[in-house]
Amino acid sequence: MSTLGFVMMCHTAFDRAAQVARHWAERDCPVVIHVDKRVGRAQFDWLKQEMSDLENVKFSKRHKCEWGTWSLVAASQTASELMLEAFPGVRHVYLASGSCLPLRPVDELRAYLAARPMTDFIESVTIRDVDWTIDGLNTERFQLRFPFSWKRHRFLFDRYVEFQRRIGFKRKIPDGLAPHLGSQWWCLSRQTLSAILQDPKRREFDRYFKLVWIPDESYWQTLVRNYSRNIESRSLTLSKFDFQGKPHVFYDDHLHLLRRSDCFVARKIWHRADRLYQSFLDDSGADVRRSEPTPGKIDRVFAKALERRTQGRAGLYMQSRYPNNEWENGKTAAPYSVFQGFNDLFLDFEPWLSRRLGASVHGNLFDLKRARFAGDAETYAGCLSAAPELRDYNPERFLTNLIWNTRGERQVFMFGPQDNQRPGAFMAGDSNAQISVITGGWAVRLFTANRNFSDIRTEAARLQRREVEFVNTLRHVRSRAEIRIWSLAEFLEEPMENLQRILDAMEGAQASRLTEAPRMADLSGLPKFLQNLKNQGMNPFAVGDFPQEGVAPLPAGADNRPYLVR
Amino acid sequence: MKAVRRYGLRLERKRFLVRAWRKSRGLEEIANRTDAIRERELLCFVTLRNERIRLPYFLKYYRERGVSHFLFVDNDSGDGTREYLMEQPDCSVWWTDESYKRSRFGMDWINRLLRLYGHDHWCLTVDPDEFLVYPFSDTRPIPALTDWLQASSIKSFGAMLLDMYPKGPITAQPYAEGQNPFDIACWFDAGNYSIERNWEYGNLWIQGGPRARAFFQDNPERAPALNKTPLVHWQKHYTYASSTHMLLPRGLNLVYDEWGGEKASGVLLHAKFLDTFTKKAAEELERREHYAASAEYKAYAEGLRENPDFWTKWSEKYINWRQLEILGLMSKGNWA
Repeated sequence: MSTLGFVMMCHTAFDRAAQVARHWAERDCPVVIHVDKRVGRAQFDWLKQEMSDLENVKFSKRHKCEWGTWSLVAASQTASELMLEAFPGVRHVYLASGSCLPLRPVDELRAYLAARPMTDFIESVTIRDVDWTIDGLNTERFQLRFPFSWKRHRFLFDRYVEFQRRIGFKRKIPDGLAPHLGSQWWCLSRQTLSAILQDPKRREFDRYFKLVWIPDESYWQTLVRNYSRNIESRSLTLSKFDFQGKPHVFYDDHLHLLRRSDCFVARKIWHRADRLYQSFLDDSGADVRRSEPTPGKIDRVFAKALERRTQGRAGLYMQSRYPNNEWENGKTAAPYSVFQGFNDLFLDFEPWLSRRLGASVHGNLFDLKRARFAGDAETYAGCLSAAPELRDYNPERFLTNLIWNTRGERQVFMFGPQDNQRPGAFMAGDSNAQISVITGGWAVRLFTANRNFSDIRTEAARLQRREVEFVNTLRHVRSRAEIRIWSLAEFLEEPMENLQRILDAMEGAQASRLTEAPRMADLSGLPKFLQNLKNQGMNPFAVGDFPQEGVAPLPAGADNRPYLVR
Repeated sequence: MKAVRRYGLRLERKRFLVRAWRKSRGLEEIANRTDAIRERELLCFVTLRNERIRLPYFLKYYRERGVSHFLFVDNDSGDGTREYLMEQPDCSVWWTDESYKRSRFGMDWINRLLRLYGHDHWCLTVDPDEFLVYPFSDTRPIPALTDWLQASSIKSFGAMLLDMYPKGPITAQPYAEGQNPFDIACWFDAGNYSIERNWEYGNLWIQGGPRARAFFQDNPERAPALNKTPLVHWQKHYTYASSTHMLLPRGLNLVYDEWGGEKASGVLLHAKFLDTFTKKAAEELERREHYAASAEYKAYAEGLRENPDFWTKWSEKYINWRQLEILGLMSKGNWA
């Protein structure tokens, strides 16, 4: 005598539904099929013909079904009634859809249920505790009326909801009902199911639920609380929903994932997933397992997909991810460091820093002549070209591309007022940027340049103007980079400590103290040079209060380390 | 967007439709097997000229991935292309000797065919050297993707053009009929693409890659556009506005997420740079039937003489779609 019956709700892919119904029926599980009334006669007849040789397959009265409406509940009611009446031996009724697929032999499911004869498997959660409802309608789906179809008459649906909210309309929930929600795929015992269907107050309850929104997620889930002696609040059907509230679909390549889930039935299967249907409807490979269903592994896969869809990968700009300003959720992919003025002050700053960090250090990436990649390469990671026109065509993307292409390897590069200034604002707003500036560093370079003084004076004024602009951007309230700014004079007060601080703040840089100093440019004569600029009417204020007597040059080499602070 | 501009775009769309009808009068029906098209089948639309050698692999590739019917516009080929296609049971062929350029680079012809045969179908519009790679393309056919897109109420699917090239001079390894072109041209640029938004049509404007790097160093704004939307659930009133880069109505161009997330997208592997290319470039330069007075081909002809090798030590070798996904060239979105 069969103790497990399936109620199947079909509206498309009838060949697959037939296949699964046959699978169950031949294994002594009666099946009641409900076919959506909107499906054409020809297809219905085909299905009936297909099932005609099976005595334990019956068709219930057809309803016109539409998502989110009472019709789905009505269909499951009539089909369940037929099941209970026509197959008195059935102890558990399993509600499934035409795109469900059994993952484990039906005998295992039968044994599992036989061991729990009075248990009802139905996800049933109080409305406070669910977070997966669409459109924010949570308690309201029980308190408002929903006579309009969400799919076909969205405008009316929305307006009517608004209207009810505005006039403060609230339906009275019938006595004895505590609203619960849950997955619409359940497995109920005969006692519970018949109690719900034969309840003397059923007409009243039905009338109430007819105007509740998505009653197939709440009707059984609520009423079962009144009758069941033992509720397992979970569905035996593996069914995952995405952020739009539509079920995830399983394909051939999910075979192993589904196998390992140990669930009894999965929904929904792509109708052309031949390999899934073939392998799961074939009993020969059935191995003996008695393990509990563990959908956790599958949960992780889908949770990841959801995260990719809603958060995306930080710092990635591509054809299907192009966030609006301030919505990037990470303007760049990884932390990077920018130095301004350092390679003016120190003669061998880049090679020194490269040795110190054990990583490649770029020169001025935004140099007007070409992007100075580490090692003066023509192309760099991801085939970025050093050509200035290509870079300046979209310098922000150039920078984000570089950081994305070199994920896992901290990028360090030089910047200066003589470079293309456009990416300055972008970097200032990027929390991944570590920007260190010695203002007035350009003075050192000009001081050693072999040029006419009037040219130098003009150039100094230009560079200072650009630098001030950049510094103002950095000091703006909107800037999010990690920023350190010294004037040249301030920096020279304790240069090594300042360098050490920058390096310490770099993630992943070695914690050891500096042992070797970079070679500083010869600054004797700089005060005089600055004075000359002033005398010619150009005030190099960015340099700071540079002492007239000059500064002592840094001792080189590791032997005497007077700059170390113990 | 202002109502006036919106209305302007509407008029533009109508103009394209009328233009497509007008230009389509030059199309001669050679083999029409469109009766065989069943409801909801996946269709593929192609304009081509002298591509006989590529066809066997092209057809095989897309048949395996679930294309049910191909609709070709043959622009006066002289190498047996037409004869070959006429023999194929799942191909319909139209022929024309009118100007490619004056039919907006074939788009007018295709727009017409799309309107006549593509309504309510998922339609893939590609060139014979473009091969669609999409998430899970090694295990799921394109109809799996389109079913999912449809269930998610998504109407169009973006796939950026990814230029593939061989290592060494492009003439070094000749392409043989039926061969997978990516056995030869298996290298690509992973991360030198610049993206800008086109506010007028709502699409992204993607440029870069080996062509920009090798041929358009000095005027990158002229580098070819790489953004494409080849797969669309077609409706009668849709139209391609500029090649397959842009569509109207403009909502179809929104194949990217603006709020930090990633939508599902694919890649069109572009098998342009094979040994067949040098001949083609010379011919197209002669014919002057391409975009912007064939500026692209001019640049190629010059570039190819000087430096026929795109390969650098940073080039990536193509493995599969997962590699492209990790590199950030395409995305699974929330398809799992």
